[in-house]
Amino acid sequence: MGIETLIAGMPGTVAQGIIYGIMALGIYITFKLLNFADLSVDGSFATGGAVAAMVIISGHSWGLALLLAFIAGALAGLITGVLHTVLGIPDILAGILTQLALYSINLRIAKNQPNTPISVDKFNLAISLRYKNDALITVLVFAAIIIAVMYWYFGTEMGSALRATGTNPAMAKAQGISVNVMKAFGLVISNAIVAFAGALFAQFNGNADVNMGRGAIVIGLASIIIGDVLCQALFKKKSNFALSLSFVVIGGILYYIFIAIVLWLKMPANDMKLFTAIIVAIFLAVPYLKNKANSSFSKAAKRGGQHNA
Amino acid sequence: MLNAINLQKTFNPGTINEKVALNGATLHLEEGEFCTVIGGNGAGKSTFLNAVAGVWPVDGGKIEIDGIDVTGLPEHKRAKYLGRVFQDPMTGTAANMQIDENMALAARRGKLRGLSWGVTKKERERYHEMLKELDLGLEDRLTAKVGLLSGGQRQALTLLMATIQKPKLLLLDEHTAALDPKTAAKVLEITDMLIREHNLTAMMVTHNMRDAITYGNRLIMMNEGRVILNISGEEKKNLSIEDLLHKFEEVSGTEFTNDTEILSK
Repeated sequence: MGIETLIAGMPGTVAQGIIYGIMALGIYITFKLLNFADLSVDGSFATGGAVAAMVIISGHSWGLALLLAFIAGALAGLITGVLHTVLGIPDILAGILTQLALYSINLRIAKNQPNTPISVDKFNLAISLRYKNDALITVLVFAAIIIAVMYWYFGTEMGSALRATGTNPAMAKAQGISVNVMKAFGLVISNAIVAFAGALFAQFNGNADVNMGRGAIVIGLASIIIGDVLCQALFKKKSNFALSLSFVVIGGILYYIFIAIVLWLKMPANDMKLFTAIIVAIFLAVPYLKNKANSSFSKAAKRGGQHNA
Repeated sequence: MLNAINLQKTFNPGTINEKVALNGATLHLEEGEFCTVIGGNGAGKSTFLNAVAGVWPVDGGKIEIDGIDVTGLPEHKRAKYLGRVFQDPMTGTAANMQIDENMALAARRGKLRGLSWGVTKKERERYHEMLKELDLGLEDRLTAKVGLLSGGQRQALTLLMATIQKPKLLLLDEHTAALDPKTAAKVLEITDMLIREHNLTAMMVTHNMRDAITYGNRLIMMNEGRVILNISGEEKKNLSIEDLLHKFEEVSGTEFTNDTEILSK
């Protein structure tokens, strides 16, 4: 296979990357703004796919499919929120419990079918791999709308309260903000967006798989971190919130282009999760190591030694 | 303005770490009273303030603020009556958010937070003027992240946020203890200015006897979870550190030796 196949497939690759980017925008709310490591997204991404597939198969429009996927994701987030705030279960564990429960629930939604095909030949879908260019434009519009709404919302009084909750819960309480309500609400909108992305993903690939969400949190983090590193490199301190959000989506695109290249190099597809984990580990480690290199004990010792000599 | 009656609080009851932190603490403050609170380590000063702020429910007793019984209200619901500044400068502000955003959060304390803009242009102008009065150069850094400010600047900002809406009661929990002496003096000066300007009712915990005597028009001393000394009016004005130490020995029946280091002159 020549490089042409890689280039010819690029609109599809980018579209897939943007779908991951939309998912990462949802994860951004919990991971970055709420400071909450929410692992329920692996489940809610697949929930979005399952709900969308069933709605479409039952003969309804893709618009309704996206809407109901969004609502289903919101409910999934609410469950994690209740587990954490009302029942006092630590954040990571609350997310894992929801994720596990959702596996069974997703199978029930899909009538116990691990894989539900939704062929573009039979159904009217929002996007499909078959029409790459159209799909690219559609997902780009969706991403732009979600970024615009998030930019607006997190600038409002309520959105500011949510950000304050993530930054400093003690301060938020002293300012009369109900930390529990804000956390639960953040989880609701986060998982709603993730499920929405899952609904797009299922339509784009022509099927909803019960395992499609596996590793979603890591892919989301990869997008956020790659975008963040790039944004810092390009804009340094001039960056703003809208730019940060845009770079989350760009991070998703870059992540998926990387995956496409790896696949094009004929590396085994089963190793994809390993590659993803390595990429995320590298991007997480680089800022830390860079910082450490600037202030290390061994360097201090060397500097001291020179001075003494 | 504040009516705290017979407050009781025991931490870790029934365990080896059991600690009776409040044991019948009672205090009544009139409107406009600025009360300094002193006492040794573990006397219950911060615990008393936390009880009033509703960080946790008390085991016994009753708390009224401006005639409203708040004993059953959680922290975030009591917040609308209170302005608070903490010992740790990191606690009172949101580091990742801008100065104006922090102030706007405080300006909406106790109000319904809706979908209108978090900070309006008009507010920014007002905040600019307010920060100018502090004379710390913060007025030109409205959009800077609070995390970039020094400890003293953050405490001054927290004070401003605590008083941005007139609170029924201002709670200052050793808010200058983490600062260097010069900065501490400046923050105290700002504290006094704001309390006078808005005629606030306030409680200030301090480890510094001189500050406790210099500032405010009321002084209480706490020991073993109780208010053991209550001084106001002329008596407070003429008070000396020696008087205070003497009174402590008189009331508690023990010498102040253990705490002379903490209650520095």
